[in-house]
Amino acid sequence: MTTTHHAEASPPESPESPETLQEHFDATIARDQRIEPRDWMPDGYRKTLVRQIAQHAHSEIIGMQPEGEWISRAPSLRRKAILFAKVQDEAGHGLYLYSAAETLGADRADLTDRLIEGRQKYSSIFNYPTLSFADVGVIGWFVDGAAICNQVPLCRSSYGPYARAMVRICKEESFHQRQGYELLMTMMRGTDAQREMVQDAVDRWWWPSLMMFGPPDDASPNSAQSMAWKIKRHSNDELRQRFVDMTVPQADKLGVTLPDPELKWNAERGRHDFGTPDWDELMRVIKGDGPCNDQRMERRRSAHEEGAWVREAATAHAAKRARKEPAA
Amino acid sequence: MSEDHVYLTLAEGHEDDARWAYGTGFEDPLHGVDTTVPEGVDASELAASCVALADDALVSAQRLAEWITRAPELEEEVALANIGLDLLGQARLLYSRAGQADGTGRDEDAYAYFRDADDFRNVRLAELPNGDFAFSIVRLLVLSSWRLAHFERLVSHPDPVLAAVAAKGVKELAYHRQYAAEWAVRLGDGTEESHRRMRKAIEQIAPYIGELFTAYDVRAEVVAVLRQVTEEAGLPMPAYRPSAGCGRDGEHTEHLAPLLAELQSVARAHPEATW
Repeated sequence: MTTTHHAEASPPESPESPETLQEHFDATIARDQRIEPRDWMPDGYRKTLVRQIAQHAHSEIIGMQPEGEWISRAPSLRRKAILFAKVQDEAGHGLYLYSAAETLGADRADLTDRLIEGRQKYSSIFNYPTLSFADVGVIGWFVDGAAICNQVPLCRSSYGPYARAMVRICKEESFHQRQGYELLMTMMRGTDAQREMVQDAVDRWWWPSLMMFGPPDDASPNSAQSMAWKIKRHSNDELRQRFVDMTVPQADKLGVTLPDPELKWNAERGRHDFGTPDWDELMRVIKGDGPCNDQRMERRRSAHEEGAWVREAATAHAAKRARKEPAA
Repeated sequence: MSEDHVYLTLAEGHEDDARWAYGTGFEDPLHGVDTTVPEGVDASELAASCVALADDALVSAQRLAEWITRAPELEEEVALANIGLDLLGQARLLYSRAGQADGTGRDEDAYAYFRDADDFRNVRLAELPNGDFAFSIVRLLVLSSWRLAHFERLVSHPDPVLAAVAAKGVKELAYHRQYAAEWAVRLGDGTEESHRRMRKAIEQIAPYIGELFTAYDVRAEVVAVLRQVTEEAGLPMPAYRPSAGCGRDGEHTEHLAPLLAELQSVARAHPEATW
């Protein structure tokens, strides 16, 4: 993780009053420059970022599970390799993001504990089950597509390490989205049973994907501060609209129907009108009552617990080595 | 860098597909390679060798994939996936070569998805359930040491395709063996518990090692590697002995058929489908 300093953004060496530091921070944000790890920042900014980056990291790690279920059953070796590599990329994304959180003083082991103890959340989308191989394609198309809509603006996040991690992650997500869509195109050219699988997966994943952008703006209390800090760059509703506008022509090309009778082009707005997601469902899933919350958490917890002896052994071995070969 | 600019570039060209994961591109991996079996090479023997090596790799990759979301640390998720992907890539090339050599023209998926357990020629060590991390590490150490030694010989095989697959594989396998050896040392030396688990894994795996030496004799190299690693780790050398049954003859444990049933389930449910 780079910690390059922007000269203008660095605080002077001499001690400064809190007011001066705050003014300097505000000016950096106002000029659209980046805050770097060693720069002074308000506690609220640091805490909000740690929470946001950690939740993003947790989402990558928990997000390995729904698709990971299908690596063993992928119906061709090429699809197996693609899916295996994609799930591996997600582990890599989790690693960069935990590293970005560590530049803010967080500790990966502590963040893992928070996830396992349910004190920090991950994206609610991963609490839905993957019922057929078409789900792998639809997750690539919708879920990675929604992630791209959410994350591309974060490539301009005011916090440098997060913004740089996002650039790399977005490139990989875009590759995954293209692979998912290509799988669906292939399946739609296949048998009737395959086309039915694709439509069924579209029906199940559409509304949860719209919920990935979070509650509507008038019910999203923390958004304003995050927008002011340039940690967040667009409102939930704006991003959701972009996703719908981007996806509709892709659905037409694919030959599937998006399961929303209210979905139609609004020439006056130059955008699509669409129905309202079931926000009660989103709240239930966030609170832990989705179809797969328990199983996702249990898998993560058991991997962590069953791996404890391995991590302890690695630590013990490193300590013995250090004692044998003391630094000169 | 404007946001719209970033957004647009995401949708643009992806010329660098190859770097994402070996074998996940849209191209035939053997495209442009002369696939004629050279004179003096016994085509059916070549096909049999390719199938055996591909089966070892595919079955191993399937077991490694089971670690995904279950590994002790995120770095291990990434590393085990890397190793699994390398082996899957090797399996695909070797199956393709087998289909050319045995005259059936079968593609990689015909071998992987439409043969039953008694047609598989992998060694039984590859198909055993993962067990704990110690078991998986000892197995990886044994299999990668054997495969690396064997591939080093295959680099000079008279079949140019097999030789090319081996040359690429040697670099991958050197990493697999190093990864396994480093963990074997860490776990052998680390704590009482990790040492105990490693001893148990070595005992459980020892009966399956002899089978590796029946077909291609690289015993001396493999034994030398195992001796070096176990010494460094403070562990006993596995007491291998000549094996009774042999996966190379299609004799398998009860664990292979369920592994294949899962691997083949979607492909066999939709035999007319294209993926």
